[in-house]
Amino acid sequence: MEHYIMNLTLKVWKQKNPASNGKFETYQVKNISSEMSLLEMFDVLNEQLISEGNDPIAFDHDCREGICGACSMYVNGRPHGPWHGTTTCQLHMRAFKDGDTIVVEPWRANAFPVIKDLVVDRTAFDRIIQAGGYISVNTGNAVDGNTIPIEKEKADKAFAAAACIGCGACVAACKNSSALLFVAAKVSHLALLPQGDPERRTRVLSMVAQMDKEGFGSCTFTQACEAVCPKEISVTNISRLNAEYIAGGLGSDKDYGHQ
Amino acid sequence: MKWTEFFTSSVGKKLVMALTGLFLISFLVVHVGLNSCIFNDLEWFDPNDNGRMFNKAAHFMGSSVVIRIMEIGLFVGILIHAIQAYVLYVQNTSKRKIGYKVKMGTKGSTWYSKSMTLLGTLLLLFLIMHISHFWVPSRVTGTLDPVQYGDTHTHDLFARMVAVFQNPWIVALYVAGCISLGWHLLHGFQATFRTLGVSNKKYLVMANSAGLIFSILVPVLFALMPISIYLGWIG
Ligand code: HEM
Ligand code: SF4
Ligand code: FES
Repeated sequence: MEHYIMNLTLKVWKQKNPASNGKFETYQVKNISSEMSLLEMFDVLNEQLISEGNDPIAFDHDCREGICGACSMYVNGRPHGPWHGTTTCQLHMRAFKDGDTIVVEPWRANAFPVIKDLVVDRTAFDRIIQAGGYISVNTGNAVDGNTIPIEKEKADKAFAAAACIGCGACVAACKNSSALLFVAAKVSHLALLPQGDPERRTRVLSMVAQMDKEGFGSCTFTQACEAVCPKEISVTNISRLNAEYIAGGLGSDKDYGHQ
Repeated sequence: MKWTEFFTSSVGKKLVMALTGLFLISFLVVHVGLNSCIFNDLEWFDPNDNGRMFNKAAHFMGSSVVIRIMEIGLFVGILIHAIQAYVLYVQNTSKRKIGYKVKMGTKGSTWYSKSMTLLGTLLLLFLIMHISHFWVPSRVTGTLDPVQYGDTHTHDLFARMVAVFQNPWIVALYVAGCISLGWHLLHGFQATFRTLGVSNKKYLVMANSAGLIFSILVPVLFALMPISIYLGWIG
């Protein structure tokens, strides 16, 4: 595709700290290359803001290659912007035209409170993982995964689910702020593998209990999450989580502390 | 996990929706099947039927104890389904105190999957009108005309139908109710199976296809009842 230069108007959410009321600020950015990523465009804008003595825009980022899940931006009414199956850092400016207005907002959900500007607190996801999204290896080295034979079809499904990078776009897109696609990806990934099998019944119940404590909503299968997921995690994982929940919940006597 | 916990977690509440929804679907099958007996009065079949087939079937439904018990179950089912729906609505909408400036809208999802509470509310309003039209005079106030077929003494529910559906506004409201039902089912039918844990893609294709057929066939058959009566094809 041909390289071009554009001038853009940005409307970005600015919020000093978790307690303050934020608002949208409008910025003009000039001479943006179509080869830049959206984050690089923000870098250019931030350099400009700093040189003018203004507060730069805070945003999360780390790998800038679509694998860490840090870059949480809701761009023009869609988490991670207009492209399918990509993260914000993989969104290139050729997605926009000269003169466009781009509105950038943080993920919106009570469970993801804004820390500053576009940065939200996603430690709720960490606590869900801590509640059960692991396998227990109580002693010695981790067993070599390749010593246990795994059916190809299951390995593929587990791998597809394991691709979830915990970015939270599913929550940001969901009208109910449900985290179920994320939780389902983690539950499926482990439930499908022999290593995850011993704890599969309790894992799903603990993770769902933690998810509810964190204040995420419940799934109504609108499938908006799948549409925006940069890793194209399928909602069939949610069905699998439900099946795991039913089997686990009916079989277990333990109290999982739902309010 | 205690039963209360099982059914009250975020996933559990959806299980309640799915189980009651499935139960309501099974009721629709019986209801549409039975009421379709009125089509026997069409020119093509038996123009002299005058609702005999339907009235007899309705009489059977009214006289069987099992069915009367199921009728109570049906009211309870609708109530649980609707109450749970509103509880979920209030809880889910409270999870995002600050909304977006640019809305997602229906990117990636259908408008009806996002409007189940609205469609359900229309259904609830429709059901209140519908119950007051037929169930109340038939089972509560007993104000229907008697009719006799051989040894069977029953009341003329068919005549009541014909009378009610002379009013074009009522016919329009019934058709609107059927349209809401169609959209509600188009999302609800397949969602039930997903909620109940069907993740196998080939079964999901079946659930989607069956859902599409069901969500068109049932509302169309229901809508044809008031329409046929109003246009004088029946009655
Ligand atoms: C004949 C009447 C009805 C039938 C056959 C029916 C059927 C269904 C089915 C099959 C579902 C899918 C359950 C799931 O998502 O797993 C559903 C969901 C739902 N129904 Fe109904 N329903 C009826 C009446 C109502 C009424 C009166 C309301 C009143 C508010 C209502 C509100 C809802 C809502 C909000 C959902 C949740 C949608 C979702 O979570 O995806 N429904 N219904
Ligand atoms: S399921 Fe997809 S959208 Fe949700 S956290 Fe994982 S990668 Fe992000
Ligand atoms: S910065 Fe790592 S996925 Fe975007």
